[in-house]
Amino acid sequence: MKELLMGNEAVALGALAAGVSVVSGYPGTPSTEVIETVAKRNDGSVYVEWSVNEKAALEVAAGASYAGARSMVTMKQVGLNVASDPLMCVNYIGVKGGMIVYVADDPGPISSQTEQDTRHFAKYAKIPVFDCSSPEEAYELVGKAFDFSEKYETPVILRSTTRVCHSCASIEVSESFKPKPAEGFIKDGKWVIFPRLSYLNKIKLEKRETELKDVFSSFTLNEIKGKGKIGIACGGICFSYVADAIAGNEDKFTIFKVATPYPFPERLAEKFISRVDKIIVFEELDPVIEDSLIYLLGKKGMSFEIRGKRTGDVPCAGELSAKIIGDILSEKYGTMTVFENSSFSSRYNSGSVSNLGSDLQSNSNSNSNSNSNSNFNFNSDSKADLHSSFPPKPPARPPVLCAGCPHRASFYAVKKAMAGKKAVFCGDIGCYTLGNAAPLNMVDTCLCMGAGITVAQGIGRADDSSVNFAFVGDSTFFASGMTGIVNAIYNKSNMVLVVLDNSTTAMTGHQPHPGMGITVMGDVTQAVDIEKILRAMGAEFVRTANPFDYETAVAVIKEAADKKGFRAVIFKAPCAAIVKSKKSLFVKKNDCIGCLKCIRELGCPALSVKDGKAMIDRDLCVGCGLCSRICPKKCIGEEAIDE
Amino acid sequence: MNNCLLCGVGGQGTVLASRIIASAFMEKGLFARTAETIGMAQRGGSVVSHVRVGKTVPSPMIPPGKADLIIAFEPSEAVRNLSFLRKDGTVVLCDRPIYAVMSSLSGEKYDARESVAYIKSTIERCYAISGDEVERTFGFMKVLNVVLLGASAGSGALGLTRAELEAAVVKKVKPEFLEMNKRALAFGFESIGG
Repeated sequence: MKELLMGNEAVALGALAAGVSVVSGYPGTPSTEVIETVAKRNDGSVYVEWSVNEKAALEVAAGASYAGARSMVTMKQVGLNVASDPLMCVNYIGVKGGMIVYVADDPGPISSQTEQDTRHFAKYAKIPVFDCSSPEEAYELVGKAFDFSEKYETPVILRSTTRVCHSCASIEVSESFKPKPAEGFIKDGKWVIFPRLSYLNKIKLEKRETELKDVFSSFTLNEIKGKGKIGIACGGICFSYVADAIAGNEDKFTIFKVATPYPFPERLAEKFISRVDKIIVFEELDPVIEDSLIYLLGKKGMSFEIRGKRTGDVPCAGELSAKIIGDILSEKYGTMTVFENSSFSSRYNSGSVSNLGSDLQSNSNSNSNSNSNSNFNFNSDSKADLHSSFPPKPPARPPVLCAGCPHRASFYAVKKAMAGKKAVFCGDIGCYTLGNAAPLNMVDTCLCMGAGITVAQGIGRADDSSVNFAFVGDSTFFASGMTGIVNAIYNKSNMVLVVLDNSTTAMTGHQPHPGMGITVMGDVTQAVDIEKILRAMGAEFVRTANPFDYETAVAVIKEAADKKGFRAVIFKAPCAAIVKSKKSLFVKKNDCIGCLKCIRELGCPALSVKDGKAMIDRDLCVGCGLCSRICPKKCIGEEAIDE
Repeated sequence: MNNCLLCGVGGQGTVLASRIIASAFMEKGLFARTAETIGMAQRGGSVVSHVRVGKTVPSPMIPPGKADLIIAFEPSEAVRNLSFLRKDGTVVLCDRPIYAVMSSLSGEKYDARESVAYIKSTIERCYAISGDEVERTFGFMKVLNVVLLGASAGSGALGLTRAELEAAVVKKVKPEFLEMNKRALAFGFESIGG
């Protein structure tokens, strides 16, 4: 049957079709939908879990594979850092049942801390990596990757990028799936990592690399297409951008598509080099294919110029697109003008959604519109001419905390409680990173999962004159917050932990976590209680409050701030996106004095200015009441008086 | 129609609309690709969905100047994405603004009428749906996505008949909202004289 499937859904269904029986993972954009799809599309015969973090997830998958099952573990690229400890060992130990480590990279980056490239990780770990260029290819690659994994008794990495993970394609999918039976764990010394075994296994890994270079040279998804004299080497989504960019000019090019960046298919690459006069490489993130070609040429003593990121011809950061590739080809080889500008110049959009990602970095500067082109002189004071031939400047729309988000109330309470006092606010990874934006400005640091807790301790060690806060979400608390808390208690750190408990993993789309008492399959399980954990760890000051109870929230923070040692406050209120919203509130226009305190201090997206007064967007407001509480004229209420 | 760009603000329902278009074309035996903004970037931010259909479709992203149709859920988002439109392309838009809290803060002025007027004056094939009328008719704006799809079909630019579109809507929306969505489709289709 043909279905419109997202790349991640295709990976999930491909795995089910290939007989996977254990799937684990931790949510992270752009990888999250794989686990959700496995959970949704399976009749209960496949075990699937949201693990507490990526390390746990990878170890669960490895264990299943030791016992002979086909297993898959999913994560985003920075999640692989968390899972790198087991990954860098299971490569030496090997597997029995096929094991896929599915990692989603994020060029841009659009929703990530970094532009980390998993292909490097594969090479570093000496694990074969398959790179998906489209959702339909991802579907096909999963089965092949399982076969390779079993044949060579190694975990393999299946890697994709945001535009593959999150784009949809019509795909013919298998209707039936059946988990491959596992024979169970069979005791053998080979499962115990020891120096002597690692020495021997490293020799095997090196031999396998050489062998796979040849094997992959005849792998069907590594291919050379075309007969033109200009060579383009590419992989992943760039393969499809290249196809768009050279449409109508295909005869000028020979394309080398690399589906296995490691081990690099060298024999096939040599064939490609021998057929062309010049080579340019298009790949996102790091120059992995490019470097492999340069390495190959050096090894063979050949002189051949490879253009790409190393030569400055291709941008070294950010996403590529058909337009970027077309423009580079036109400029370098004068072959064509690929994308004639339409009659409307690209003043506000460079043609890529990844601009939204850059908004994340620039959103503390509310005046900047990262979509705007600085060459364009827009005079905002000019009298509005309704028939102007200049396009009116669209408003900046960086992502913001949702209307009714409890994080806004929590940040606001802490901000008010600490007004005039010296304090540092260490943030973490989650929706609440958006608390860095104006007008809250409540995230002074953000590094990686759980880091806020320990960074706050370090800041305190260097300068103990400030009250050092760490904000952590509930899912992040479980994923990697707890070790940092024990560290604080053990080492007698002075810090205030604020757990922003919204009873879900919100940013990635509301996945359950250990605190919720429910599994990915919807089964009821024991809820792990954050307050009890904190107390069991030895925290003496632990308070739980509802952040929308403004006065109490402020009082609790003030109390915590005045104490010494490790203090914890749990702000508990469900994510606005998962609770049924209350009635929208209204501004009583006649009473509103236009002080705009609500907007200036809260920055809620449901609020805006109209005719100098505050206005509430009825479709966005969920009636959380925070603005009505801080309004000095008390003119925000439930009745639409003069609308 | 081969390339259709949908744009708006996170939460307006562009993703469902793009899936409806893609599945309608799949019913006609064509290959379809879509690409949507998902994740952190969608929190109140500008969002776009690309829909590409045809015998073959290389990449999921529409290159600039190649969109046959832009369906804009918000006037300033239509302006922001106009460079995607090909010459003689069509724009179907909702004229109701969504104000951005960040620009409220910075004192940036946004008058949606300017955006609508600009598009009407530069794009020959431009059809505007009145957001106020949608709200008066349905009581809220959640149906806007299907209204705009109906309008796009009515304009002829979508390349789907009313029946083809309706069949796809029936498949994609929850049964309890089906009647309302059928009315929304009819409203959109008829409001631009389709």
